[in-house]
Amino acid sequence: MTGVTGASVARYWSAFRAVLTRETLRFIKQRGRFFAALVRPLIWLVVFAAGFRAALGLSIIPPYQTYITYEVYIVPGLIGMIQLFNGMQSSLSMVYDREMGSMRVLLTTPLPRSYLLACKIAAGAVVSLFQVYAFLAIAALFGITFSPAGYIAALPVLVLTGLMLGAIGLFLSSQIRQLENFAGVMNFVIFPAFFLSSALYPIWKMRESSDVLATICGLNPFTHAVEAVRFALYLEMAPLSLAVVAGVLVAAGGLTVIGYDPGRGLRTRQGPEA
Amino acid sequence: MTDAALHLADISHDYAKRRALEGVGFSVPSGRVTVLLGPNGAGKTTLFGLISRLLPLKQGEIVIAGRSLMQAGAAALEPLGIVFQQPTLDLDLTVRQNLTYFADLRGIPRHVANQRIAGGLERFGLAERANDAVRELNGGHRRRVEIVRATLHEPAILILDEPTVGLDIPTRKAIVADLHARAASGMAVLWATHLIDEVWADDRLVVLHRGVVEAEGDVAKVLQSASAGTVAEAFAQLTESVEGEAA
Repeated sequence: MTGVTGASVARYWSAFRAVLTRETLRFIKQRGRFFAALVRPLIWLVVFAAGFRAALGLSIIPPYQTYITYEVYIVPGLIGMIQLFNGMQSSLSMVYDREMGSMRVLLTTPLPRSYLLACKIAAGAVVSLFQVYAFLAIAALFGITFSPAGYIAALPVLVLTGLMLGAIGLFLSSQIRQLENFAGVMNFVIFPAFFLSSALYPIWKMRESSDVLATICGLNPFTHAVEAVRFALYLEMAPLSLAVVAGVLVAAGGLTVIGYDPGRGLRTRQGPEA
Repeated sequence: MTDAALHLADISHDYAKRRALEGVGFSVPSGRVTVLLGPNGAGKTTLFGLISRLLPLKQGEIVIAGRSLMQAGAAALEPLGIVFQQPTLDLDLTVRQNLTYFADLRGIPRHVANQRIAGGLERFGLAERANDAVRELNGGHRRRVEIVRATLHEPAILILDEPTVGLDIPTRKAIVADLHARAASGMAVLWATHLIDEVWADDRLVVLHRGVVEAEGDVAKVLQSASAGTVAEAFAQLTESVEGEAA
């Protein structure tokens, strides 16, 4: 690639704006997706948390300075859930786009393919932010609030975690041959990622039952996404979690660029004969 | 190197153990329509996949407006407009949103894009459908919108992969006439089809069969070399196809 001139910066920005606008328009038009994205964590917050609250005792653990209710504990986890589902939804739409042909329009744009794929990931992350802050607004109605600075401090972390989950989703979509296979793969990704994490219960609580499971939870990148968000909401840094999230983002993004086969949809639809 | 807008040389491509293209080479000059004629399975879509970089070029050379695709990479696609065989519009977005999306991808300033979108839709009588969702358009209108989209950046070369398949005859004729008009104004057009009646007498013809170029040249030259009176006869001889397929 030649040097990046002012004109080419504008060109790159224009392409990102194109992808972001398209993803946003699609999201707005898919109202069901928005409501599902909000209802899912709200059910956890309002219904499940009520039951779990009595069963789980939470001690004071960082970043909390005092005893907290279970509802307060799981909000970062539910934010992670929103981004996790959004990342997977984005990857599903990418498989759909590939099957329907619209990925070809993107991938025949005369810009580096790695950049175009990064645009898709970034646009998905931005869309997830709308959902996260809408959820936080509703959570506030239930009395779960953070400091104004906490909401702001969480933003860059949410961008990072959204990018990581989007990159993982894109990597998965690059490995899926047909749309029909997607649901199965998701079942083996979303649920283990969510339940084997610190989203619903602290890892120390998990360790009381099983060291092995607690170790798995500790290794799960989604755990680190949740913890990074949790600490940011309380104006604290979680360096290890941030490093893990950034590392997984780079790894998943790199693997996607290396492994993405733009001709896959072409061959799937045309068959090897054409 | 060649003066042709699009030049292909010695291209071969394999799917697993099956050879899809074998030593394919031809040129697409500016100001004319070059018809890539071949039955289903001839390798036309594979060739388009290679030209558009959707498939990796492993053997041979593709030169687009003087730039080697292998050396220049994605940047070589700049002067290329592409209409894929499969519709690629986003059904949930409006016509204008689809076109604006493409214009932004190509870095066309918004005010220029708006003018070109209006002009392109006007050309096909679709100006009033600009704010309709693509889902509401019929197949012919969708195809026209795709052609408008593929030409928004005013490409020097337009390649189309069987864009008229499944359309009614008046729509097909209108699209073919429009592409000839674009070629007359200087654009290089590569048109893949298996529909013989879409070939005009002054077109250039490339007959592709089982991944091999069987004939190339002006229509008259191809007819002469095949000792045929019509394109249909020449096509049947060159591809050993059943006459009925060439409709």
